[in-house]
Amino acid sequence: MGRPTERRGDRPTIVADQGGDVAFDGVDFMAFDSLLSEEERLTRDTVRQFVEDEVLPIIADHFQKGKFPAHLLPQMAELGLFGANLKGYGAAGVNNVAYGLMMQELERGDSGIRSFASVQGGLVMYPIHTFGSEAQKRRYLPELVSARLVGCYGLTEADAGSDPGSMRTHAVADGTSYILNGSKMWITNGSIADVAIVWAKLDGIVHGFIVERDTRGFETREIDNKFSLRASVTSELFFDDCRIPKENLLPHTAGLKSALMCLTQARYGIAWGAIGAAMGCYEEARSYAGERIQFGQPIAGFQLTQQKLALMLTEITKAQFMTLQLGRLKDAGKARHFHVSMAKRNNVYWALEIARMARELLGASGIVDEYHAMRHALNLESVKTYEGTHEVHTLILGEHITGIAAYGGRQ
Amino acid sequence: MKIGVLLKQVPDSEARIKVKADGSGIETGDIKYVINPFDEYGVEEALKLKKAKGGEVVIFSFGPKKADEAIRGALAMGADRAVRVDGTGLEGSDNYAVARVLAAAVKAEGMDIVFAGKQAIDDDSAQVPQLVAEFLDWPEVGPVETFEMVDDTTIKVERAIGGGSKEVIQSALPAVVAAEKGLNSPRYASLPGIMKAKRKKIDVKTPDALGIPAAEMGAGAALVKVTKWSPPPVRAAGKVLKGELSETIPQLVKLLHEEAKVI
Ligand SMILES: Cc1cc2nc3c(=O)[nH]c(=O)nc-3n(C[C@H](O)[C@H](O)[C@H](O)COP(=O)(O)OP(=O)(O)OC[C@H]3O[C@@H](n4cnc5c(N)ncnc54)[C@H](O)[C@@H]3O)c2cc1C
Repeated sequence: MGRPTERRGDRPTIVADQGGDVAFDGVDFMAFDSLLSEEERLTRDTVRQFVEDEVLPIIADHFQKGKFPAHLLPQMAELGLFGANLKGYGAAGVNNVAYGLMMQELERGDSGIRSFASVQGGLVMYPIHTFGSEAQKRRYLPELVSARLVGCYGLTEADAGSDPGSMRTHAVADGTSYILNGSKMWITNGSIADVAIVWAKLDGIVHGFIVERDTRGFETREIDNKFSLRASVTSELFFDDCRIPKENLLPHTAGLKSALMCLTQARYGIAWGAIGAAMGCYEEARSYAGERIQFGQPIAGFQLTQQKLALMLTEITKAQFMTLQLGRLKDAGKARHFHVSMAKRNNVYWALEIARMARELLGASGIVDEYHAMRHALNLESVKTYEGTHEVHTLILGEHITGIAAYGGRQ
Repeated sequence: MKIGVLLKQVPDSEARIKVKADGSGIETGDIKYVINPFDEYGVEEALKLKKAKGGEVVIFSFGPKKADEAIRGALAMGADRAVRVDGTGLEGSDNYAVARVLAAAVKAEGMDIVFAGKQAIDDDSAQVPQLVAEFLDWPEVGPVETFEMVDDTTIKVERAIGGGSKEVIQSALPAVVAAEKGLNSPRYASLPGIMKAKRKKIDVKTPDALGIPAAEMGAGAALVKVTKWSPPPVRAAGKVLKGELSETIPQLVKLLHEEAKVI
């Protein structure tokens, strides 16, 4: 929306095209917009404006200081961004394409902001919505929608990353409680979470448990020496004879499959998010290349620069259409986990390549925080690893193609 | 309270405008359209007033089907319903004609107050709020930077009158209030708001249905005619003076005097 902001000058006005720079208006090379509904466009535009006004002006500073911009949460909740594609319990209930476009815009701001939304919605609200009891849904979902409660999702352990089935965290029944022991590693939002969805083995089978912040025997520690996702909280979780009431078991979870279903949700959002980061980098590089003069001409006039820009635009455009189709399939109930794997793998791979190319095009300017490309590149290193590494998604596709699982010896 | 808002869909302030080769208008092909930014202040003020006093917020717009997008944006912000005036042969209607049908639509719905933006950022003519008030025989105040209700039928507003001075105006209702930038900060349309807006009603009315013959609308009947569109001249590249200050300063003064003719 063209709401006038101070940053855009004193007074909103329409200027005749004289070249030069204009604010971000997405990347739409092949009439992508014509495939969107009014509701989908409105969702994207409102989130785009929010990111433009509230995220971009502050994000570099938060990244540099290693600080999550928690002050944005009430406004994000007000906008209805958390668990937006879920139905009922106060959630917005938008379709999966609108949800994806929202993630795209959030990650145009920063992967850390998008990560927060992915975890809160896809990894905390979704499992409660899908595997929880009615009482659990009523108790937690409205609080999570409004971000009065912050959630985290603990699957990964120090020694169980790509192979979560080898997790050691376990629960044993004891009267009306379960006693939880073990630890989780690399957990987004861990130290700021009021409620954790923790995956642990009960009689050898993986289940999800809801652990509240003040439960005795539950501790968290922030990992604060990161080069990546610095505007997002990443933590360790520790469970030391942590006693939780039996009603905190997510009753409909059964095995690792339940945990992986959550990941399919979150990965879907990441596939869109990566496009947003790529768009931000492409636009930044394109505009810089038009203005930076070397050898007496804009660097955009060099063939080598044009090759980079052409590649970026091509990959963004391909990703947009594939991911839109994925969203349409998801809305029709026909998206499969390997479809999501293809989009996550492809889009994050290209977003990272594009971020690196954009940084390169910016020359030395690209290494300072006035520009976004390097922050995106640093963030995308994590995004490439979490929610199934690039290799793991390759193996998921490989298994689908050949019918042969090639993950390793253990199975 | 029945609160109306006049709303126009305009090209985004970020859009790159190209004039058609024959000067008959602008290329509208791939321009992105938005709610006129000044109208967003009007919508916001209307929503705040509804929150304080109850009632409903009705959007009034003159425009083609495409304008529904902008209207839907205002409904997503929280307005209750909308009336859009449309029909055949309306292209080229001037401010006078547009204000006349909008006033008729407002009258038909029986509003207590109508907000508007002080101007639309596409043609910048800044006439419609005053004209609408005139056709309704209501007072008009604007551009307003503050708005408050003194009592149920009196409003108090402030407007800048140059040199940093403010004029404080009290007016009886009903009235048309034209918003200046900074009157408030318009809320974002929320996702639940966008979902709700899908079910809100946009009534489409023809000028005829509002008692204004179509023959008195459109380019043929316009009192003010746009004869030609032309882009501003392309900005020439700047000049950089190099050398010692003792040489460049006299050169600069000379250029300012002779070439730029500003001193
Ligand atoms: C910033 C950040 C936030 C995170 N947030 C969360 C969170 O909220 N919740 C959560 O549960 N986890 C989270 N994670 C953890 C993330 O999901 C894991 O890091 C990821 O699953 C990979 O596990 P690992 O780091 O142990 O790497 P490993 O599994 O040890 O992998 C190391 C390398 O080996 C490769 N590899 C592994 N197995 C194979 C194989 N079979 N064939 C070929 N190559 C293989 C991998 O692809 C990778 O390149 C987060 C991680 C990061 C970086």
